[in-house]
Amino acid sequence: MESVKPILEFKNTCVSYTKQTMAVKYVSAAIGRNTITAIMGPSGCGKSTLLRAVNLMHNLYQNIRVDGEILLNGENILSMEPIDVRRRVGMVFQRPAPFPTMSIYDNVLSGFALNGIKLSKGEKDATVERCLRSVALWDEVRDVLNKKGTFLSGGQQQRLCIARALAMKPDVLLMDEPTSALDPIATKHIEDLLVELQKEVTILIVTHNMGQAMRISSKSMFMYLGELVEYGDTGMMFSNPADERTKAYLTGKMG
Amino acid sequence: MNDKVYKALLLLTALFMPVICGGVVYALVTDAYDAFEHFGFFRFLTSSEWSYTQGAEKYGALPFITGTLMTTLLALIFCIPFSLPVALFVGEYFKGTRLAAVLGTVTDLLAGIPSIIYGLWGFYTLRPIIMALDISPQGSGVLTASLVLAIMIVPYAASLSAEFIKMVPNDLKEGAYSLGATRAEVVKSVIFPVAGSGIFSSYVLAIGRALGETMTVTMLIGNTNNIPDSITSTGNSMASIIANQFGEADDLRLSSLIAIGLVLFMITAVINMAGKMMIKRARI
Repeated sequence: MESVKPILEFKNTCVSYTKQTMAVKYVSAAIGRNTITAIMGPSGCGKSTLLRAVNLMHNLYQNIRVDGEILLNGENILSMEPIDVRRRVGMVFQRPAPFPTMSIYDNVLSGFALNGIKLSKGEKDATVERCLRSVALWDEVRDVLNKKGTFLSGGQQQRLCIARALAMKPDVLLMDEPTSALDPIATKHIEDLLVELQKEVTILIVTHNMGQAMRISSKSMFMYLGELVEYGDTGMMFSNPADERTKAYLTGKMG
Repeated sequence: MNDKVYKALLLLTALFMPVICGGVVYALVTDAYDAFEHFGFFRFLTSSEWSYTQGAEKYGALPFITGTLMTTLLALIFCIPFSLPVALFVGEYFKGTRLAAVLGTVTDLLAGIPSIIYGLWGFYTLRPIIMALDISPQGSGVLTASLVLAIMIVPYAASLSAEFIKMVPNDLKEGAYSLGATRAEVVKSVIFPVAGSGIFSSYVLAIGRALGETMTVTMLIGNTNNIPDSITSTGNSMASIIANQFGEADDLRLSSLIAIGLVLFMITAVINMAGKMMIKRARI
């Protein structure tokens, strides 16, 4: 356990889609501030489900139950208002999906618009520039800010979505396979970006790409059939996995 | 060989449709020709006189064009506050639930009710209410017709709009929720803008329905050949004047009625085509 207080802590977190089956089973783990934690595991192991529990995405759908506790700065998310949680926990999805009816500029500010927060022109300009700079998109789009977000390439769109999430100054950023729809160059861009971003925000990233987990994360989780099999330093896990299942997955014998 | 025969038969039956359509247009144009020749195309459209005194016959379509446009526009205005919530209910809020299925089916059922029944309901139920509320002394008129017309087009607007609302990608909705949006904000800032062109086109198609609706309007609009000076006054729509007078009309009057029919046909054809084109574009 770290000496610093964790920013996010799972305590016996369970998620079930139906009464009979649990998609996530009694996961407990503490996530340190300003780290990148990779969540790995074969398809259907519950890693996205666990991730989506953190910003209460499951509340949008009927019949999904989340049990146990998820603490954000010591406060249990599961008993908080979803809207308050989601303002503090940003999310980036698998497929880049900027709002198609909004300009690049408005996409960055969409979090404020959607929450009914009014900003002055100066604040808006500053926020847009700050966020686009932090995702290294500013130089590419500064002259086309009024074009639609969908006008950008896939990698640029995904960076725009990250900027959109960062604009709300979240404590935690959840990323659900953010590069799986992108080409290797765009992927490299995003990876470099995330390493930079961990100074500002704690990142939890679901990835299928083991190389990616190695390159960017300091901690890794390995999940299998809804259980958290192993959680520890990424380097350690890759060189010397404690569990046979982790080893089988990392060596390509499973998954 | 068999295949060739089959193909030829298919082609023949397929060609039947354009032939019928062409035939209708041809008949309308030849029969309307007299009226257009006598009054001039634009004078016919802009004249508001409709008198069949022997020797001084004067026919103009303006009161009926106005009547049609007024009833249609009002019906559209009355229809939106009912059809849009139904569309949201079925397409978003209760999407996929049994409740939505039931509501959707009932709404669609409304589309299947014969227009004469709507007319009867309007005449014997709504008209007395309008009179009792002192909105208009005779009860019938543009307003009464529009109200019933609005109910009739709700199913068309609602079920098509619901389809477009359903089609808004989940990625976008979840993206908005993940930024802390409430459901109402997601509807306002994501669903409506994204489904907007589709919703708009479903209203265009609903207008297409309202324009040509004959029976209900004829029973409720009051059937006077003047330009309605307010929404409570009586009038006639293009369809209702034809329905009212085609039996007793001959020569120039008949030709004028057919000319009105031709204009109505053209308007609805343009509106329907525009609506369908918009739908195609919205689907992409």
